[in-house]
Amino acid sequence: MKFGILVNEGPYQHQASDSAYQFTKAALEKGHEIFRVFFYHDGVNNATCLGAPPQDDRNITDRWSKLAKEHNLDLVVCVAAALRRGILDANEAKRNGKDASNLADGFRISGLGQLIEAGIQADRTVVFGD
Amino acid sequence: MAEEDMMDEEGGGVIKKFMYVNRKAPYGTVYALESLEVVLIGAAFDQDVSLAFIDDGVYQLAKGQETTRIGMKNFSPTYRALEMYDVEKLYVEQESLDARGLSADDLVVTVQVVSSAEMRELMDQQDVLLNF
Repeated sequence: MKFGILVNEGPYQHQASDSAYQFTKAALEKGHEIFRVFFYHDGVNNATCLGAPPQDDRNITDRWSKLAKEHNLDLVVCVAAALRRGILDANEAKRNGKDASNLADGFRISGLGQLIEAGIQADRTVVFGD
Repeated sequence: MAEEDMMDEEGGGVIKKFMYVNRKAPYGTVYALESLEVVLIGAAFDQDVSLAFIDDGVYQLAKGQETTRIGMKNFSPTYRALEMYDVEKLYVEQESLDARGLSADDLVVTVQVVSSAEMRELMDQQDVLLNF
């Protein structure tokens, strides 16, 4: 089956991102396809490469980046939600006159149309949020 | 090939039933505002769209929102513009209105008020449910 995943909450604060990760990983292990993981609301904070959790804790962002690399996952961060919250790739940083960017490896910034497209293309859309 | 990609981007003519489920008050958290942004963007995809308002989500449609003193934009007029985007199916749960002392007359748009059981049936009919 082809899944679309929506993550609506930030890392550490809420379990939604952990659950989305576990679900995505399990689905891939079972041979399912993940069409896209879309990050919205505070979910965009999952994509900051500047998080530095304690050594004995999981690194949620690194975990997504690693999974993306292993499975060629499409991790998409909503541009409007990301810009509001200070999640920027190099292009957006330049466009908005910021001197730094922080989008982690394996993520890309794009529009909400990518969420709707996932809803259309996937057999099931699974929402992880509050 | 490029054209095929474009078709894929737009969903290739597939029409699915999308329901946006609004459960949160309009202010206090950003869910309602950002949900509305998805609805407006999603309208360009020519899908079969409906909106559900349950729990505190019914407050999103309440008349007389006055937000200047909390320093936020009153976005409730946008719900009245949804019709122009061909988003015309707005369902509000009766029980949620009742619990908050509201009726359809207190809302900024014309809606269909449905029972909790009817709302469940509507949700059952959807292909994609996006909860905010």
